[in-house]
Amino acid sequence: MEQQELIPHLFRTEFRKIAAVLCKAFGVEHIGIAEDIASETFLSALETWPYKGVPANPTAWLYKVAKNKSKNWIGRNNIFTDKIAGQIKYSSPDVQEIDIDLSDKNFNDSQLQMLFAICHPAISTESQIGLSLRILCGFGIEEIANALLSNKETINKRLSRAKEKLRVEKVKIEFPLDAEVDQRLATVLTTLYLLFNEGYYSESQDTVLREDLCQEAIRLTYLLVENEQTNQSPVNALLSLMCFQSSRFKARKNENAEMVLYQDQDESLWDQELISKGAYFLHQASKGTQISKYHLEAGIAYWHTIKDDTKEKWENILQLFNRLLQIEYSAIAALNRTYVLSKVNGKAEAIVEAEKLKLVNNHFYFTLLGELYKDIDNRQAKQYFKKALSIAKTRTDKQTIQRKIDQL
Amino acid sequence: MEEFALIMRHEDGHKVASPEQIQIWMKQTMDWIGGIAALNKFSGGTGLPFEDSRVVRSNNVVTNGPFGEIKETIGGFIVVKADSVDEAVEFAKGCPVLQGEGNSVEVRKIAKGTAPH
Repeated sequence: MEQQELIPHLFRTEFRKIAAVLCKAFGVEHIGIAEDIASETFLSALETWPYKGVPANPTAWLYKVAKNKSKNWIGRNNIFTDKIAGQIKYSSPDVQEIDIDLSDKNFNDSQLQMLFAICHPAISTESQIGLSLRILCGFGIEEIANALLSNKETINKRLSRAKEKLRVEKVKIEFPLDAEVDQRLATVLTTLYLLFNEGYYSESQDTVLREDLCQEAIRLTYLLVENEQTNQSPVNALLSLMCFQSSRFKARKNENAEMVLYQDQDESLWDQELISKGAYFLHQASKGTQISKYHLEAGIAYWHTIKDDTKEKWENILQLFNRLLQIEYSAIAALNRTYVLSKVNGKAEAIVEAEKLKLVNNHFYFTLLGELYKDIDNRQAKQYFKKALSIAKTRTDKQTIQRKIDQL
Repeated sequence: MEEFALIMRHEDGHKVASPEQIQIWMKQTMDWIGGIAALNKFSGGTGLPFEDSRVVRSNNVVTNGPFGEIKETIGGFIVVKADSVDEAVEFAKGCPVLQGEGNSVEVRKIAKGTAPH
């Protein structure tokens, strides 16, 4: 691999490793330091390798530098703590010899523990997503800002506040106690679910970055599946959902980066391997008695991997939406359910149900009404699409609606 | 926002429906509930199957099932959120149970603040 490719490549895989292991070693109050040392390690590589040549074992070189920097910091920090804070009575040599273990085993353990620490109820969900991307996925601030359609300053501020909060709350980087696992796991799953959706539905024009986000969400969810205590049925269901959704990644955008709607997608572009993986995890998820919203969403996603427009397919999807809405209402699920109802029970019934929803601030509501009135009353349909166009915010949504108007 | 129980009453519990018929009713009931849930007005509810049902009377006489001399049976109930009893009645009107002649849906307000703490 060429040097200019090697460092970004190593950054992708090794930054998160060094960051997680150092966070775990230093404690949650020093997340910023762990991050800085990981960054400085790569800076050293950038400064040194072009002159002295790439070392024989680049990864080992990075670990060695990271360890040295860590030891220097620990030494300085101890002196500081001794002199200024005066809380440590004597400087124990053991502390100086703190073990920075960068083995795969310790990396996985540290990541899992960091995942629980970051997905802490004390900090906001958007901060959890930002911190996960930075510490667990090794994304740069600019990449995070791009992915979340924000700017560097906002992201930096958000991350500092979150780190401060974790410090104040004295959140421990450890695996939660048995009694707490289920409750804490629910928060972790919500964050991973949103992280995935951020990538899947993001308006960011950077396709590679969006796919990366989805892959990272899958990787972290897989980490939970591999751990005995967290290998629970909702985790498998969520992983299944992610696999089914990702399978359509390549088919969802055309060469002009425009959204291709489900019914217009070229199904030969659907990734069959991911579909099989999704089916496997859905099977694993069905072993328990618990039915979470992830089970229902994975079920809906499963039926979408079958392109044929059969009555059986839409009937199953309708029943899954009926149950999903009973567990957790969301406007988008209500709108989708009504669309599916038209496929099963006909447009006339769906129009009556749709008009009751009255989600008048949601452009999808008017898109749905336009879709339902199409071929029944095209003039009415056009009015609804125009209304949708007037309140749609993103470029992709506007494009999609405009195409519907043009087709009428 | 108030909560109302919609209690589904069948006039004659003796009638036995075919599995196919039951499946159609189940689908209709699920679509009805789904429609209420799509409005974010669904609070909870359950079907009340006839299996393992008993009636306990004042002298501690226990009989099987809700049947016997009681002709009318309760098939289940759901709890909905509604601004008024009229809104709850509108939900009740969509209940597939009402397709059976003589069947009814009873709409009852859930008492507030009386639950034991």
